[in-house]
Amino acid sequence: MKRTGAMALALEFQNVGKSFSGGKNRPDLKAIDGVSFEVRKKEFVAIVGPSGCGKSTVLNLTAGLDRPTTGSVKVSGETVSGPNPHVGFMLQKDLLLPWRTIRRNVEFGLEARPVSAAERRDRATRELARCKISDFAGHYPFQLSGGMRQRAALARTLAIEPDIVLLDEPFSALDAQTKMLLQKSFGRTITEGGITTLLITHDLSEAVAMADRILVMSDRPGRIVEELIVDLPDRDNPIARRAHPRAGSFINHLYASLKLDERAA
Amino acid sequence: MRVKELIATVLFGLAVVAAWEFIPPAMGIRRFIFPNFSTTMAEFSRMVSAENLWRHVLSTATMTAAGFVLGSLLGAVGGYLLGLSSFAERILSPYILGLQIAPKVAFAPLFIMWFGFTDWPKLLVTVLIVFFPILVNVLQAMKTVDRDQVNLARAYAMSRSQIFFKVEMPSTMPALMAGLRIGATLAVIGVTVGELVGGNSGLGFLITFGQGQANAAMVFNSILLLTAIGIVLYGIVSFFEARILHYIPRVER
Repeated sequence: MKRTGAMALALEFQNVGKSFSGGKNRPDLKAIDGVSFEVRKKEFVAIVGPSGCGKSTVLNLTAGLDRPTTGSVKVSGETVSGPNPHVGFMLQKDLLLPWRTIRRNVEFGLEARPVSAAERRDRATRELARCKISDFAGHYPFQLSGGMRQRAALARTLAIEPDIVLLDEPFSALDAQTKMLLQKSFGRTITEGGITTLLITHDLSEAVAMADRILVMSDRPGRIVEELIVDLPDRDNPIARRAHPRAGSFINHLYASLKLDERAA
Repeated sequence: MRVKELIATVLFGLAVVAAWEFIPPAMGIRRFIFPNFSTTMAEFSRMVSAENLWRHVLSTATMTAAGFVLGSLLGAVGGYLLGLSSFAERILSPYILGLQIAPKVAFAPLFIMWFGFTDWPKLLVTVLIVFFPILVNVLQAMKTVDRDQVNLARAYAMSRSQIFFKVEMPSTMPALMAGLRIGATLAVIGVTVGELVGGNSGLGFLITFGQGQANAAMVFNSILLLTAIGIVLYGIVSFFEARILHYIPRVER
């Protein structure tokens, strides 16, 4: 990825800090401090870091569920001041509503908008096809496997046509093989659709297999301590990318910068 | 296997009826103390012809249904309102707990003092007894709605009422249905107590009437019919529950 200043920004963090009040007689808890980074349109950026480094805070600030204590967060050039419809997010939990069919779950995010029922259906049909789960449109979530449910969650996230998609550990609850297949499926959908993505993960090889750029966060208070550009081919196929001869050196580099060998469990 | 189980169940019932028919006379227990099966059935047909039994059954069934519907409605609305306002919930929770523990049937004499020998005391006891388990179930479910699911709806910029109707209320359905099942069994108790204490109609009234005449068979029949009313109400609730909660996988038995 070349840095070209003219490229439009999907997400900007400008010197963002977030503290949570620690309660009586206890100092405030600084989750993140002085975090600055950008995600350009159509770019796939991954954030890796030790647990408790404030990765989820980054997600909540971007989705507008929380406000920064200092600095500012902008999505498509506009400062985030509340829940905003230009951000789609997806967690480890699929958050599918169990009483709705997969199709109706995909339509869920559109129901807050002035979109006709017919258009909701059309968009859901399109996203179900894109995520390759059209055959399960009429099923209920309990009838699907974990991997299929995550695909449905991605379809729901894409249906609102967000400017940026936040993925918070979306593969971590899955078994190893399902995980690889789903990464491949997501990689292809995201690359083909030109979808701007911010992936939050603790899995270093996952970050290397999927992202254009990786940001490394430090321990609390979380800061961005390193930026790594992954100039490997096959972004649409994480399985092929993992097998690339240079993939291992990227992983080793991340491993070293997180000082994993010096840390106690 | 299923057929065998069914046969065994039926055989067990027949054995109980046979024991009921033959053991009391064999032990020399007198019929007005412990009427056997055939005596009870003979009394049943006498009650149908001479005591206007079906009118009493209808009265009790109507009161049970009315009290159940009204109590459930109020309990559910109360549960949702308290669930939406954590402030009100914190202020009121000690009183709710107190009222929940108070034996509701003990209010029956009071209601008779206030409303006389009308249908109101029965209805009020029933409403009161059905109200609390449903309120508590709904409130508890509202407090444990998945925060992430609510956040997802918030992130989609849904309004407060959309979040309630699209996420919170459907999430509480299993708890509401469980509350309704408890309420269905309690409704029969409420009506019975109301009729026992101050009624001139209904099966509870027939129980006191039978007791006054030392007619144990009449009491037996009334209890059986009250049970039947409870079973029907429970069955109706279960029927709707199975349809409403169809999306929950059933555990294979």
